Amino acid sequence: MSATIGTRSLAEASRQPDNTDWDGPKVPYDLAKEFVIALVAVAVLVVVLAVVFSSPNERPVTIRQWATNTTSTNSKFPGQDFVATALTELDGSSVSAGYGPPYNNNGTGQKLGPVSLQQAVGVHIPVDPANDFVLSPLHLAATSDPALAAALARYESASPAQQQKWTSAYESALATASLGPDGTIKLAPGRYGPVPVMMDRLLRMARTGALDNSLLASQNFYGTDYTKPLLFIADGQFLADKAQAQHLSGDQWGMMNETGNFPGQAWLWLYTMWYQVPPMNSSSNGDVEVWAIMMVLTLFLLFLPFIPGLRSIPRWIPVYRGIWRDHYRALDAEERTAGAPRAPPPS
Amino acid sequence: MSTDITTDAVAGIEEGARPLPGDERMWTARLRGYLVRALPPGKLLPDRQPSYVSSWVYVFGVITMAALTMIILTGAVLVLKGPSWWHVSSAGLFVNSMHLWSVEVFFFFMVLHLWGKFFMAAWRGNRKLTWITGVVCFLISIGAAFTGYLSQQNFDSQWISTQAKDGLNSTGVGAFFNVLNFGQMLIWHVLLLPVVVVVILALHLLMVRHRGVVRPLPRTKADRGAPQHTRSRQSSPPDATTAAAGGSATGSSDGDR
Repeated sequence: MSATIGTRSLAEASRQPDNTDWDGPKVPYDLAKEFVIALVAVAVLVVVLAVVFSSPNERPVTIRQWATNTTSTNSKFPGQDFVATALTELDGSSVSAGYGPPYNNNGTGQKLGPVSLQQAVGVHIPVDPANDFVLSPLHLAATSDPALAAALARYESASPAQQQKWTSAYESALATASLGPDGTIKLAPGRYGPVPVMMDRLLRMARTGALDNSLLASQNFYGTDYTKPLLFIADGQFLADKAQAQHLSGDQWGMMNETGNFPGQAWLWLYTMWYQVPPMNSSSNGDVEVWAIMMVLTLFLLFLPFIPGLRSIPRWIPVYRGIWRDHYRALDAEERTAGAPRAPPPS
Repeated sequence: MSTDITTDAVAGIEEGARPLPGDERMWTARLRGYLVRALPPGKLLPDRQPSYVSSWVYVFGVITMAALTMIILTGAVLVLKGPSWWHVSSAGLFVNSMHLWSVEVFFFFMVLHLWGKFFMAAWRGNRKLTWITGVVCFLISIGAAFTGYLSQQNFDSQWISTQAKDGLNSTGVGAFFNVLNFGQMLIWHVLLLPVVVVVILALHLLMVRHRGVVRPLPRTKADRGAPQHTRSRQSSPPDATTAAAGGSATGSSDGDR
């Protein structure tokens, strides 16, 4: 490309202020052609990558899978982790049951110093795990199951203290329980009240896939909101174990990883990194602390041109000399051709 | 002959920039005048660039735009066929793969572009807003990609959503931006965030065209010349283009140094 002559020489134009239009030498530059070439190159690259590597698509976890699987670290028999989790939903000791806003008022949420934005915003997506995940689905099944209807009636008419005794006893017994040939859970003799009937029926619903449908159908015919089933599944160990095996858990930089060996959201590396370092990696307020750090860093990046010191880094690390190597060489050549030393700055 | 055509074209543009007698207070006429002065065709789509525009760094931005174009094209096909298509069709999986790899290419070159502009101190010369719109575009793109991962309807989206909810809930944002709600995330991904990315990118490009490509950093004090804030007015040539740019030569006391 041949340079066209501007009104000033290269050296003279280079000394003009940054905010004036360049009136030194210019060269033909075909932006439209450059874009088309880039588009074709990227299209070819993307097609090749898609053909060679395809894309990951690990099937989603269902409650049915969860209830029929023994791969969880918390399951000695198929569905043990599911039942244990359902029990915590029922007695209010699960993560979701004590989460706090935006799902319920049973927890305080995370705090940044004295401030809890979570509390300030309040409950916007109401979730009552005992009712939504256990009792409501069982009530649906109870319409054609008198034994279950009686068990539910007994449970719901009991005092909270009595309910707690039953669920606690059942929870202790579950650790050594087994699955009978008829699909019911065999427990050591004890005072479990109506809880065994309820848990057996819930496990049966889960195994047939009826619970998946029930949790979704509780919204409306065209449901697209998976908040409740996802919260329920996430309260168990099955999902976490599967994620751990796919190197996706929090302590494995999981947020930026992808299933298999595919690149994930590598651009989240900084956000993910804060979860690996103290105190955030063990803090009960770790999420809001990481977000606070990232917000501050984002503001630094956004307003970097205004921040003394940071905005001077490009001058201290002379990467720019490589970027504009040709320009500086041309400047030197022009000065050599002129046979004069570089013009001193005007006074 | 060609000179006559060019002269006529410039005259026509200048004519368009100037309101007709009596229309000086018309909003439309004033807006047109402002736009034509800020972005005359020669600035909007120039066929010449300063001689220093000679580095691979300048290509990263255009590759990012090319990747975004591929993302939009492949995404449009996925939208046309619906969210379940790519799970049950090999053609759908292929289009989804192209969509995914376009995103990876997009971010790779966007980050290179960002680093390149950082080391060029490309915010100099009244270009701070260009930098800010670029960073905002980067941040919104992260959100767009994130909602894409949430809209996959597979194990990955289940895991990412159940993990990400805690961070968003802790800030209060989760109450309104529910990552467990597939329908909400899908609409954010295919409509709201892409529109914002494209609009901010358009503003970013118009600013780049309006201000031009930032000039090289001076290697020495002698290269730098006199302090810019004391000599910008005097040293600016009576250049028609600069004047037409509507105030791009208004001094550089912006603390870039």
